[in-house]
Amino acid sequence: MRRILRRREIVVDDWTHLGEDAVDGAALIVPLAELRKDPGRWWQWSGRLGVRLTPVDRVEELADELPRLDLVAVEFPTPVDGRGYSQGRLLRERLGFRGELRAVGAGVRQDQVFLLARCGFDAIELTDGEDPDAARRALQRYDVAYQPGSPETAIRRQRFFA
Amino acid sequence: MYQYDELDQAFVDQRVAEFRDQTRRHLAGQLSEDEFRPLRLRNGLYIQRHAPMLRIAIPYGLLASPQLRKLADIARRYDRGFGHFTTRQNLQLNWPRLPEVPDILAELATVQMHAIQTSGNCVRNVTADHLAGIARDEIDDPRPYCEIIRQWATLHPEFTYLPRKFKIAVTGSPEDRAASEVHDIGLHLARDAQGNIGFTVLVGGGLGRAPVIGQVIRDFLPLAELLAYLEAILRVYNRHGRRDNLNKARIKVLVKTLGVERFREQVEAEWQLSRESAARLPATEVERVRSFFRPQPYEALEDFDASAGREPAFQAWYRYNTRPHRVSGYRAVFVSLKAHGQNPGDMSSQQMEAVAALAERVSFGLVRATHNQNLLLADVRQRGLYEVWLELERHQLAMPNIGTLTDMIACPGLDFCSLANAGTLGVAKQIQERFDNLDYLYDLGDIEIKMSGCMNACGHHHVGHIGILGVDKHGEEWYQITLGGSANGFTALGEVIGPSVPKNEVAATIERIVEVYRALRAEGERFIDTFRRVGLTPFRQSAYATHPAAA
Repeated sequence: MRRILRRREIVVDDWTHLGEDAVDGAALIVPLAELRKDPGRWWQWSGRLGVRLTPVDRVEELADELPRLDLVAVEFPTPVDGRGYSQGRLLRERLGFRGELRAVGAGVRQDQVFLLARCGFDAIELTDGEDPDAARRALQRYDVAYQPGSPETAIRRQRFFA
Repeated sequence: MYQYDELDQAFVDQRVAEFRDQTRRHLAGQLSEDEFRPLRLRNGLYIQRHAPMLRIAIPYGLLASPQLRKLADIARRYDRGFGHFTTRQNLQLNWPRLPEVPDILAELATVQMHAIQTSGNCVRNVTADHLAGIARDEIDDPRPYCEIIRQWATLHPEFTYLPRKFKIAVTGSPEDRAASEVHDIGLHLARDAQGNIGFTVLVGGGLGRAPVIGQVIRDFLPLAELLAYLEAILRVYNRHGRRDNLNKARIKVLVKTLGVERFREQVEAEWQLSRESAARLPATEVERVRSFFRPQPYEALEDFDASAGREPAFQAWYRYNTRPHRVSGYRAVFVSLKAHGQNPGDMSSQQMEAVAALAERVSFGLVRATHNQNLLLADVRQRGLYEVWLELERHQLAMPNIGTLTDMIACPGLDFCSLANAGTLGVAKQIQERFDNLDYLYDLGDIEIKMSGCMNACGHHHVGHIGILGVDKHGEEWYQITLGGSANGFTALGEVIGPSVPKNEVAATIERIVEVYRALRAEGERFIDTFRRVGLTPFRQSAYATHPAAA
């Protein structure tokens, strides 16, 4: 049972990644490349559908399909690959995505979660070995911020606004 | 100067708590060195040759006396009683102990200081002209905008993990004293036809392995759009900058690959699309920050020649180590950290305390760090200059060599830095010894030597009139010399004079080079102007003891 951080709470993950055991009707996360390769199959999937982006995927190309997606997973291959933060903000702020925005990958650790949440990620799938409780506490490391950001963190005072 | 409000203070305090927890986890074996590295770098902490090195931020170089006193105190209690001022107006401690670094950061936070983002691939300390607010040619004081950018860039959720380090400089005068054209972003304050404040935006400058001069991508950016536009540039860079090769990851490579026109189009398009969701900069916030940088309560005084009738040593100091001020009756005073026999930029705790006290007596309690690795007392009454000189002399801070050949820039080099290929401090000493005659230095006039111990160019060697780059040649320290670089006003990159020279030949080679200048110069012509007029050839022909082909 994978546990993830979703909106400040630790919950059992109700999604499955392609390649894991997916029963018919399961909520399934499919890599964008796979979705492009076999769109007929995946858009007909019996359960809820999510897509997984790599750092080089252009989020703009998903614009028309976003309303049909319940989840977008953005991959952080390492803690220092920051491209996913831009992808996250663009999905939320420019493309208006309102489904679950999830950070995934080996780079998703407790020291990243505050930034992720400020960029609009409401679900955080920690890499193996990371302690979800520590990650949940890490969301509260700061109660002030300079920049605008999503309300997933407990910011009481902020300098700049959008 | 800017004073923290409750938000700023809460932020630095929480940052210290976060780093304390990260350090604890690292020391407990829960965070490997690889995992800890990006976290400690974003708090200014390197692991160096002998020990950790902590780079403390001095935003746009401005320090209040209590802050300088705190730095002195930290250097004494946690280090070896001295610090090193850098070309980015920061202060480096070379011997802190890792478990104590969180305590040092906590001490800094008590005087509104930090070491946030002084290293790592993120937006670094924003730098400015050291004569900001007092220069006669200034359009507007750049420091409020530096402070605004500092805050905007601090733990920016989108831009904390960029492809590579990112440096921004702001200058308010037509004469660029902040080397802004060799920054990732250079902002030149400007006014439009209606007199509104804004910026000319340059992008893609940088030194390091492949030096490039920045190019203008926008002639005039209205002030209110500052943060939105920076955000657009950073977003294009964060998404498209290379991450596969550290040596090609600076924004200058992206600008070059796309071409400046296409880069500009992408930034402008991004800006148009993101203006609504980007951070706004309301006039009230600009006013709030500007209010901390109002002119000092100057007395109404007349200008006079403070050096008239004084002894020659004071006259020399007055001429070389002080500068005009926009307010009559005042001058700006350099505190020289270039005494011969001392490492350029180094300062002892005792000297810091002396300058902190002096600043309180004669310069409104403020001190500035300059990118030439000196300090500046910006607002000194001309009639008090003699006493200031005596006091600086007492602490070996009055070496009258500012702007001369021995006012050189040098990174810490192989003696401290784990990136360096060659030593810089021994070479600096060699140059100081060879050029120890002040009359000879004065005859040579305005010459900038800039020296780096490796390609990363912390010593800005590419833009030195004479640049010195340490290279490793089969395990030996050799030095490549460039001529004709400049970062002031007219930015130019130096040209390599020929084969590199061994360590013991550096000062002698420089002497031969400046002798060529002495032979060829026109009346009153500076070294750099002679070089631009006659070119590299005559220097190359005479620079080597033997013919270059034999070296």
